[in-house]
Amino acid sequence: MPVVLWTDALIYLLLAAVIVFVVVVRRREHLLAPWQRVAHSRSGMAAATVLVFFLAAGLLDSVHYRPALADNGGERNYSVEVLSLFDLLATQLRTHTEKTYSAPLAAHLFAKENISLADGRQVRDFPRLVHGGAHLPDPANELAHDVLWRSGLALLLALVIWLALAAGLVAWLARRRGIAWRDMARQVWYGKTEIPWHVVLLTLAAMLVVVVPMWVLSANYHVFGTDKVGQDVLYLALKSIRTGLVIGTLTTLVMLPFALLLGIAAGYFKGWADDVIQYVYTTLNSIPSVLLIAAAVLMTQIYMDLHPELFETVAARADLRLLFLCVILGITSWTGLCRLLRGETLKLREMEYIQAAQAFGVSQWRILTRHILPNVMHIVLISLVMEFSALVLAEAVLSYVGVGVDPSMISFGTMINSARLEMAREPMVWWALLAAFSFMFVLVLAANLFADAVRDAFDPRVQTLKVKTA
Amino acid sequence: MSLLHVENLQTVLDTGGSVRPVDGVTFDIARGETFALLGESGCGKSLTALSIMRLLPEVGRIAGGLVRLQDGDALDLLALPETAMRNLRGKRMAMIFQEPAASLNPVMTVGEQIAEVLERHAGLRGEAQQQRVLELLDAVGISDAVRRARDYPFQMSGGMKQRVMIAIALACAPDLLIADEPTTALDVTIQAQVLELLRELQHKNGMALLLITHDLGVVAEMAHRVAVMYAGEIVEIASREQFFSRPLHPYTQKLFAALPQKGKARLATIPGTVPMLNREFPCCRFADRCEHAWALCREQAPAWTLLEGGRGVRCHLYEEHVAGSAWSVAKSEEPEGTRMSHPPPVTRYPLLQVESLRVHFPIRKGVLQRVSGYVKAVDGVSFDIAAGRTLALVGESGCGKTTVGKSILRLIEPSAGTVRFGGENIGALRRDRMRMLRSQLQIIFQDPYASLNPRMRVAESIEEGMAALETVADAAARMRRVDELLAQVGLSAAMKYRYPHEFSGGQRQRIAIARALAVRPRLIVCDEPTSALDVSVQAQILNLLKQLQDELGLAYLFITHNIAVVEFLAHEVAVMYLGRIVECGSAEEILNTPRHPYTQALLSAAPRLESAGERRVIKLSGELPSPINPPPGCHFHPRCPHAMPQCRGEYPQASRFSATHHAHCYLYPSNPLNDGA
Repeated sequence: MPVVLWTDALIYLLLAAVIVFVVVVRRREHLLAPWQRVAHSRSGMAAATVLVFFLAAGLLDSVHYRPALADNGGERNYSVEVLSLFDLLATQLRTHTEKTYSAPLAAHLFAKENISLADGRQVRDFPRLVHGGAHLPDPANELAHDVLWRSGLALLLALVIWLALAAGLVAWLARRRGIAWRDMARQVWYGKTEIPWHVVLLTLAAMLVVVVPMWVLSANYHVFGTDKVGQDVLYLALKSIRTGLVIGTLTTLVMLPFALLLGIAAGYFKGWADDVIQYVYTTLNSIPSVLLIAAAVLMTQIYMDLHPELFETVAARADLRLLFLCVILGITSWTGLCRLLRGETLKLREMEYIQAAQAFGVSQWRILTRHILPNVMHIVLISLVMEFSALVLAEAVLSYVGVGVDPSMISFGTMINSARLEMAREPMVWWALLAAFSFMFVLVLAANLFADAVRDAFDPRVQTLKVKTA
Repeated sequence: MSLLHVENLQTVLDTGGSVRPVDGVTFDIARGETFALLGESGCGKSLTALSIMRLLPEVGRIAGGLVRLQDGDALDLLALPETAMRNLRGKRMAMIFQEPAASLNPVMTVGEQIAEVLERHAGLRGEAQQQRVLELLDAVGISDAVRRARDYPFQMSGGMKQRVMIAIALACAPDLLIADEPTTALDVTIQAQVLELLRELQHKNGMALLLITHDLGVVAEMAHRVAVMYAGEIVEIASREQFFSRPLHPYTQKLFAALPQKGKARLATIPGTVPMLNREFPCCRFADRCEHAWALCREQAPAWTLLEGGRGVRCHLYEEHVAGSAWSVAKSEEPEGTRMSHPPPVTRYPLLQVESLRVHFPIRKGVLQRVSGYVKAVDGVSFDIAAGRTLALVGESGCGKTTVGKSILRLIEPSAGTVRFGGENIGALRRDRMRMLRSQLQIIFQDPYASLNPRMRVAESIEEGMAALETVADAAARMRRVDELLAQVGLSAAMKYRYPHEFSGGQRQRIAIARALAVRPRLIVCDEPTSALDVSVQAQILNLLKQLQDELGLAYLFITHNIAVVEFLAHEVAVMYLGRIVECGSAEEILNTPRHPYTQALLSAAPRLESAGERRVIKLSGELPSPINPPPGCHFHPRCPHAMPQCRGEYPQASRFSATHHAHCYLYPSNPLNDGA
């Protein structure tokens, strides 16, 4: 049975909006031009390639359903557990749980236990894992060899995939331009194409070199180890991606109407409207946002705890809390963009084309929507992309503090939170933290690089030099 | 021997493709000479100067050529290391830029900024340095130098800042001063002061001056020799006398013909635009726009031809071996503008009557935003415009002329006074009635780049007014009207789906005119519609405005500071000074017999092509006072050469000279028998 959670619905909405936006942009030259500049930027395209992997994971994880239980007489029953397409693909990862901690690529648990031997004797030793390295008869000697062998195979596989993708890309490009395959390949190889395809392919190669061995090894090992209750850490990290993406994108969706409406209204109408809006956001800005968020989150949590009947499944409950977190983050973070938009509108309203519209008696609403709004959209876009990574990080911090997402929801913040105590353990359990950290690092770095490329392409001040000298 | 020798200088800008804004420029400047580099925007004048100083933007590089600064031993500027260049800049050669406000550091006092140069190049410190700073400020005509040296740039007016820039440039008595459009951002009266100062200083110091300008008037006043640049090349070099008596290159001739002048019915225009410089030119660069062009011009680039008298030109017409080499063309050259054939029909029905219009902006201070005073931008202005006539509102920047235009349209609400349009009092109209009236009153703005929404297609921009005012309700009919309008302003209907960035400045201004015409107005307020445009483009727009007036019977309120444009277009002229009209009359009356001292000064300060020696420039001291606190009595008395004690007392009454001509000045007996206007 398909399940559409609130955040899923909003993500679909966002996706639809993005698709519509792309269609509109493709038709209009002046809107397309800055995006072409983004496409021509090397770091931007490299970052975009990395982001595609994250987006794919996040989107797959946003199609939810409840699996049917075994048929027991006429009526079909559905499990209370809500799964996603991603869970389905990663069934192995999800179900291969151990008893407790195990190190990355280990065949034994991390803690000694009393093991009853076949002859009834009890020894205290590291027990074998149920899944990790279970196929090896003698892990002590064979493990390293097996891992290397499998990695080598995986690298070969990665190479094959890469070659296939690269060949496909070149063939597609060659067909589009109507030139020979060989010439096209040479152009791409020497970086002669306008869009830096060679950078894209290099990044793709780097990603495949990391991703494919991980994927191959994860069939027989726990690549990032397991956590306290024996869940595969790689699985947790992958699931966290969606949470991060949801926070990063939906929050902006919440804050946009506030920032746009109030910012433009303040700048355009000036006078008392400006005063009121300015007072509101200055006041909001002067309250520490963590305090505000903590208060709001705790209130919603108590409400949810008191009304358990509202939620059909645990996932729905966790999801709603995530949505509330987005809303609250959105409400506290619109002030920055609002201020920017107010300033820009103050400048625009004195532009002569606005005055020309006023001289025609064009209505205020039309001036706002047709003349001002399209001319501030570049600022909105730049700040949205820049904000994304900040929000992903904010989620991690808030969950760490304990006012973030529902504890049952997997996110970078909850991963870090549960791993923090184990850092004090001797020997240290470091892998959960490492996994969360490296995933988040790559995601945020890619998002930041992409944001830089977008800003360079859209910010008029960056282009002034070119315009002047042209 | 020449001081600066530039030979075959080539500069390339690497922006995507390589653009060659300076492509084989050769000239010499002698010691003590003023060499003017003339050309329209985008032809490579400024980049030539920057190449000589080696101050090119990051994307630019010098691809070849030779720049030699001669002083006993020759210095090859292009071969010098950057450190040596730094010793030269400011010391042997200095540069002043167009925008004085952007060239000075806002957080340093002007004294410090001058001292900085002295310390770097002359090694002056302490007392001697201060002494020299004061001397320099004195030399550039800044009175009270001791106090002024401690001022920050924001405390000075535009003209003063440019003087400070000149002082900085002259600090080490350079051999060569490069002035890049030094007066373009300044008002005519201030421009006259600055040019005078440059001339004086040059005379005293004997330095060479490379003057970059687009203004033929400035060239006529200043230059000893003139070079005309077009599309990265010098097309003509001549002495001033030769140049103004007989320009040779067809481009130069066109530039002269395009200048607005009294009595010309139409101005000559140059079709097309300056070609893109990102390609090779196997042909003459001007061939596509030249009416003398023949097959050879499109096949072969003309070589530099030296003619008698040391002048040179780059045109096939003057090459000796070319058949049909035509000095004759230059000789038979007749001013392109045909003489005005018939005076426009005189209708005396006043379409717009403005009576003691006041616009005061409150100055608020303190926490409670209490009004502590007013900026009296417009302070009692009255005039009439008849249907089908043009009233030119003339004045320097800051005198309130734009505010008058906007308050007539109620883009700015007037504080007092009445504006009647076709008998209806606009100020008292309710919103909906005002909206109806908006179709009859339109405005065209100064900056063609800011006056069109960059995110809207041309058709949408033009259509917007019709849709908002519901003059044409049906969408298909509106589109037909858009086509019609585009044809009317000389653009093709196929262009309507393009965005503004695809058009040049002149084309944008045409679109702005089409947009205003869309609602069939009877009066258009033209707020300096040509001041941002090149001369040849300005000519096109002025022709268009005139033609539209003849065809549609439009009335214009033409706001401008350019006297030449006034001569060409205006029927009546009103001269504004500090929020008030000081003189008003028909164009002939004002231009031939100006009565008010300010009008006289304004007219004399405008640079003219006629030899500069003959005319007497009335020098105005000082600058426009602040409209927050205008001088008591006649606003003009602190700068007036004829000021009398009584000028300080009360604002003078109108003195009438004819039915149309009056001025506010104590030099003439006041006769307010006719209404006090």
